[in-house]
Amino acid sequence: MSKKSFRQAINEALRQEMRRDPRVILMGEDVAGGRGGTSGVKDAWGGVLGVTKGLLTEFGEDRVLDTPISEASYIGAAAGAAATGLRPVAELMFVDFIGSCLDQVLNQAAKFRYMFGGKARTPMVIRAMYGAGFNAAAQHSQSLYPLFTHIPGLKVVIPSSPYEAKGLLIEAIRDDDPVIFLENKVMYDEEEDVPDESYTIPFGEANLTREGEDVTIVAIGRMVGMANEAADRLEKQGITCTVIDPRTTSPFDEDTILECVEETGRLVVVDESSPRCNMACDISALVAERAFGALKAPIVRVVPPHTPVPFSTPLEKLYMPSAEKIEAAVKNVMKQHAREVA
Amino acid sequence: MQIARETLLQSYRAMRTIRAFEERLHVEFATGEIPGFVHLYCGEEASAVGVCAHLTDNDTIASTHRGHGHCIAKGVDVGGMMAEIYGRQTGVCRGKGGSMHIADLSKGMLGANGIVGGGPPLICGAALSHKTLKDNGVAIAFYGDGASNEGFTLESLNLASVWKLPAVFVVEDNGYGEATGASYACAGTQKDRAAGFGMPYMECDGTDFFSVYESAREAIDYARSGKGPVMLHVHLSRWYGHFEGDAMTYRVAGEVAEQKEHHDCLKHFRERVTSAGLLEATALDDIDAAVADEVESSVIAAKAAPWPEDSALMADVYVKY
Repeated sequence: MSKKSFRQAINEALRQEMRRDPRVILMGEDVAGGRGGTSGVKDAWGGVLGVTKGLLTEFGEDRVLDTPISEASYIGAAAGAAATGLRPVAELMFVDFIGSCLDQVLNQAAKFRYMFGGKARTPMVIRAMYGAGFNAAAQHSQSLYPLFTHIPGLKVVIPSSPYEAKGLLIEAIRDDDPVIFLENKVMYDEEEDVPDESYTIPFGEANLTREGEDVTIVAIGRMVGMANEAADRLEKQGITCTVIDPRTTSPFDEDTILECVEETGRLVVVDESSPRCNMACDISALVAERAFGALKAPIVRVVPPHTPVPFSTPLEKLYMPSAEKIEAAVKNVMKQHAREVA
Repeated sequence: MQIARETLLQSYRAMRTIRAFEERLHVEFATGEIPGFVHLYCGEEASAVGVCAHLTDNDTIASTHRGHGHCIAKGVDVGGMMAEIYGRQTGVCRGKGGSMHIADLSKGMLGANGIVGGGPPLICGAALSHKTLKDNGVAIAFYGDGASNEGFTLESLNLASVWKLPAVFVVEDNGYGEATGASYACAGTQKDRAAGFGMPYMECDGTDFFSVYESAREAIDYARSGKGPVMLHVHLSRWYGHFEGDAMTYRVAGEVAEQKEHHDCLKHFRERVTSAGLLEATALDDIDAAVADEVESSVIAAKAAPWPEDSALMADVYVKY
């Protein structure tokens, strides 16, 4: 066990799985970098934000494959390779680039098993960065997990901390279905204690980061940290919260959410993705359908407005959910209850 | 060129099977019993068979929406295919894929594909598997002149060259992408496209088995030897519409009749092997009869086969839930 950053945890997961299984290969734009450059420097980048640094040195060019900037061909190649015996981990860099290769995910990888009558396995992982808060503007900041969650045949993983990232990525690489693994780009330098040895965290099992009596907060990815921060402040004001990190949006642990809402009677959902048809809508519908009787107040969603992500710092801050906004939302659901009781 | 008798017999049988299978589908589709879309491969048989004659189950192909011919040439079970097209539980994909998604990975058949240009990127991946696993396999992308204009395809030509993959890009150029002529839709030439990505280019007459066989042998040997990808441009003609029900008003009257009269790969094959004394007409007649029986049985069996159980609806979305 030692302190590791989100970036190091992911790197370690990749390294340990590549050591364990020679069929695991990496591909993507500048996952090593430097090939064809005039300096002859190898592993020049190790990923655009250095997540895959050093893997080329250990595993060589046959297993760490730099690609042309050509997402449709290499994401499709990852699907084809997965269906024929390899276990590729393809890095899409920014999830926004899915626009250049969605067919390969939507119509190919996600469909093989069902469409071929259960006779295919497509053990591939697509790693990609998501999220606002980096002044990366509208084409490099989106949180597109609802798009992937919508597609049957895909699994969708959104780790909320370095510990979660390592265990979930190892699980993703060992999984025989196509997995979209989304890394919040703002979190790469966050640190916590992470075991040195290999471990897995199962999909479809939500994690309760804290338990309380008044409000259930469901938060996704980076929002989990914000929800915990808000819960800390609220506790000092006498309001206790349960915070649920679903870990994966597909498969999705509905039972844990329903059980917690049955106990607290109030729900706040925190979702960084665009507000229409996002996870907050999905979770709200789930609770409205199956735990309506337990609700003491209307569900509140803490989500960004329905706009592209803005560039300028104050606008981006205004756009993003935050611990303050979550705190306000929790107080709001508490007040609504008080009003009703009065 | 010397071709083993057994290869000639198998190739003729495969071409005849495709022809009989497709012509039967043409008839059956008109009765309304076959659901969905069906795209027929009649007229193009020599291409699939001339290429796949050089492949084993260890090699991989990816096909198109017009995929029945490639499936049969790669050895996918005809009865299972027919049942699949009828949507039955006994189909090769248990009735969940249909005509456009027939696949059999145990035969190295990575699927027909409902997305034009869907195959070439997948074939880069299959070729990467062959190269990484060092199993001596090659991967073949069949795609049409229409798909040759897809960005996916052009990216794949580049990637295959960059990674020096054991891949062959077979452009089945039947002159039409749906209802639009290749003379309008394809700028430049396929040859220049291959050159543009630094790969060798070969072309052949897709209505002549021997022309395809010889070119494909060279192309596949090149790719298998580790020298990198090749483009094989096959000129051919489809005898039916883009899909069943297409009146083909975009083709001049007599175009297909002329093809059938003068460019029928089966007629040409028979004339050539019998006149050269390579095979006897009776051997070919026997194959014709056996194939007719096989196709007839496949239709009877498909129509009698059970529909998928309701439980199949939710099955096989994932390996693990």
